[in-house]
Amino acid sequence: MLDLIAKVFGRESPSAEIAKERLRLVLVHDRSSVTPQFLERLKEDLIRVISEYMDIDTETMDVRLSQTEHQAALVASIPVRRVKRVAP
Amino acid sequence: MGQVIVITSGKGGVGKTTTTANLGAGLASHGHRVCLVDADIGLRNLDLLLGLENRIVYDLVDVANGYCKYKKALIKSKQFDNLFLLPAAQTKDKTAVRPDQMRDLCEELKQEFDYVLVDSPAGIEQGFQNAVAGAEKAIIVTTPEMAALRDADRVVGLLEAMEKERPMLIINRYRPGMVRKGDMLAIDDMLEILAIDLLGVVPEDEQIVVTTNRGEPAVLDKHSRAGEAYRNITRRLMGEQVPLMNLDDDDGILSRIKRVFGFGAR
Repeated sequence: MLDLIAKVFGRESPSAEIAKERLRLVLVHDRSSVTPQFLERLKEDLIRVISEYMDIDTETMDVRLSQTEHQAALVASIPVRRVKRVAP
Repeated sequence: MGQVIVITSGKGGVGKTTTTANLGAGLASHGHRVCLVDADIGLRNLDLLLGLENRIVYDLVDVANGYCKYKKALIKSKQFDNLFLLPAAQTKDKTAVRPDQMRDLCEELKQEFDYVLVDSPAGIEQGFQNAVAGAEKAIIVTTPEMAALRDADRVVGLLEAMEKERPMLIINRYRPGMVRKGDMLAIDDMLEILAIDLLGVVPEDEQIVVTTNRGEPAVLDKHSRAGEAYRNITRRLMGEQVPLMNLDDDDGILSRIKRVFGFGAR
């Protein structure tokens, strides 16, 4: 009964709200647990594929995971030196 | 010298982790020193059920591989000074630990704790093999569904082949109203099919969702019917004779009305 009164007067936040907040925090953590080794492998694969189409600056390129408001995003900044001529 | 008990099921989603959290808190509430081991590497959840998800630094993989002492990885529960969690790793997989490492770890843990409860992952592959490796006893969790019972039976057979002690059964999410209508397998039907000893029956209870949301085991919630069932199971595990709770009042008209108005046994 006390629980009910507490709920009516809004003293205790609904458990679903608590769950959502806890889940959001734990997921940010889980998602960011991408290891440096994993990103390095991804970066090498990106270089290999993109190099077939463009001459890129692999020294200054940057690949990382970031957190936007709704989801994790893979953000890659890859300076292009020149676009290769690809056979039509 | 404590005992090591594995909580397993074969099928996923039947309540292994909920059972582990509640029996751990139950045993701790009686003053026993308890260690919960989350053996579900890669899909850890026991930390969430105990509300400890933000406190993890080291994990089972670190300990099993000797990167750190187990004491460094243990997280003390919020409710009890004598209840600890050894969390699973989240970024590795089941092969990051071997059964012989688990056996050594359990051997070490039971020097320190009265009860070591190992939360097994679903399945019967390496994760399961790891979870059962160091355990002398097993609790099998099932729901009154065909698929869960079939998988439970498979696990009973595997444990038998490993020459473990006779496993004990917890029937979870039981709905007496459906059994009365003849639409759900009754307790006796399930015991007859599986031919193992009953440790307890946990009725379906919405309150479990609420306590889980808050990261507090239902066994500590006096108004929760599932909590009452877990309190009884805890005492049976400690060797007491406790009769099955009255499961029948969950969906009678009177208790439904009471519930609407917020009174009554919840």
